[in-house]
Amino acid sequence: MKQPDQKVETIQVEELIHRVHSFHDDGYRLVQISCAQEGDAFEVTYSFDKNLSISHIRIPATPENPIPSISKIYLASFVYENEIADLFGIPFSGIAIDYKGTFFRTSVPHPFGTSQITVVKKKPEEQHE
Amino acid sequence: MSKKIIVPFGPQHPVLPEPIHLDLVLEDERVIEAIPSIGYVHRGLEKLVEKRDYKDYVFISERICGICSFIHGATYCQAVEQVMGVEIPRRAEFLRAIWSEYSRMHSHLLWLGCFADSMGYENLFMDCWKVREKILDVLERTTGGRVIQGVNRVGGVSRDMDKEELNRIKSEIPGLRADYVELTRIFDEDLTVQSRTKGIGMLPKDTAWELGAVGPTIRGSGHAVDARMTGYGAYDELDFKPVVRTEGDCHARCMVRTGELFTSLDLIENAIDRIPEGDIIVPVKGNPSGEYYAQTEQPRGEVIHYVKANGKKNLLRHRVRTPTLANVPALVQMLAGCELADVPVIVLTIDPCIGCMER
Repeated sequence: MKQPDQKVETIQVEELIHRVHSFHDDGYRLVQISCAQEGDAFEVTYSFDKNLSISHIRIPATPENPIPSISKIYLASFVYENEIADLFGIPFSGIAIDYKGTFFRTSVPHPFGTSQITVVKKKPEEQHE
Repeated sequence: MSKKIIVPFGPQHPVLPEPIHLDLVLEDERVIEAIPSIGYVHRGLEKLVEKRDYKDYVFISERICGICSFIHGATYCQAVEQVMGVEIPRRAEFLRAIWSEYSRMHSHLLWLGCFADSMGYENLFMDCWKVREKILDVLERTTGGRVIQGVNRVGGVSRDMDKEELNRIKSEIPGLRADYVELTRIFDEDLTVQSRTKGIGMLPKDTAWELGAVGPTIRGSGHAVDARMTGYGAYDELDFKPVVRTEGDCHARCMVRTGELFTSLDLIENAIDRIPEGDIIVPVKGNPSGEYYAQTEQPRGEVIHYVKANGKKNLLRHRVRTPTLANVPALVQMLAGCELADVPVIVLTIDPCIGCMER
């Protein structure tokens, strides 16, 4: 069955807290926060759900500019914000429970945020070298 | 006031086969705060999407979890199919629904067994897993795999069930229903279970919503939140009704799962009665371009698979929001104020799947 098309609304970082407050006041549930690379920068998407209908808002992000945490509005956001900070290196300001980079244990810092991972293909006989 | 001490719980703990760490801040025997810490089994599976063909990646997405593997694969396929505008055969959607419900039953029976074990109820644990074997037998018979089924494809499924098999499955349902009646009676009425679960690990209705809980965790607190209600796949034709309890305690979350065993049987029966004839897969050509958030219901709750593609064979991004990650804030809330001895039981009631959560 074809699912309904999804619309993602892009907003500015300055509008984020106001918009999230509106979702909260209208009784929406925070579904998830995700991050993806967009060119040289990133985009962070917030998803909310009410009455089986899901809405998304998106902001641009860079590792240099902290994003205001929404954990004062939706406490549950702390897991997503810590996850994005650890995997992408995008800072959040004012997270209610801030792990300061220790939520995910990764062998290299911010593995999804930079191209520091190189895949090396080896033949079976070379694998122990 | 008593002196505060911190007791580490996990990452290795007898009731939790998977690694999560909690720092339990105690005053005497009472937990006043629980601080979770994860990352022990982060495998970077999402990153692999940049290196693998989007069609081959179906098999990696199934390996995100060793319990709800089928639904991960189906949801990933659903996301890619939506991006590409592929309409899969109706029969394939029904087959996905049948296997999804078998996955749910095997996961719930596994959990019920582990839950009984966490209360020291060994023979109940074995009873649950004995019934679970019957479910795994069907999965193995129809897909070739007990835990990893490997039948999902972008565009449909790779295996069909003939009429004889569907009739056989249907004939086995009354026996399973009788098994479930007996298990439900024990979980609902047994004094041992009641004394360890009733009024413990309270999650009030408003708090569950505020904390973004999903699955049996939020349904045990009075909210009818279930992605199957959106009617994805074949669920729009299967007369699905969510199981909801209002008590908000460990017992309620347990009884939601026992109730869902019966719901799954009803859905499978309806699917067998209504499955149309026809193809099970359509050829998919070209590469995806665009993005989509696919939302389905796993045994532990709603899962989101996000895919983003730019017309190449490797996707730009695959992100999975698993139900366990969404239930961590609710878990922290439930643990605050509980007795130390109740911690294992409360942790288990969110049915934590750490391999899933960390990907």
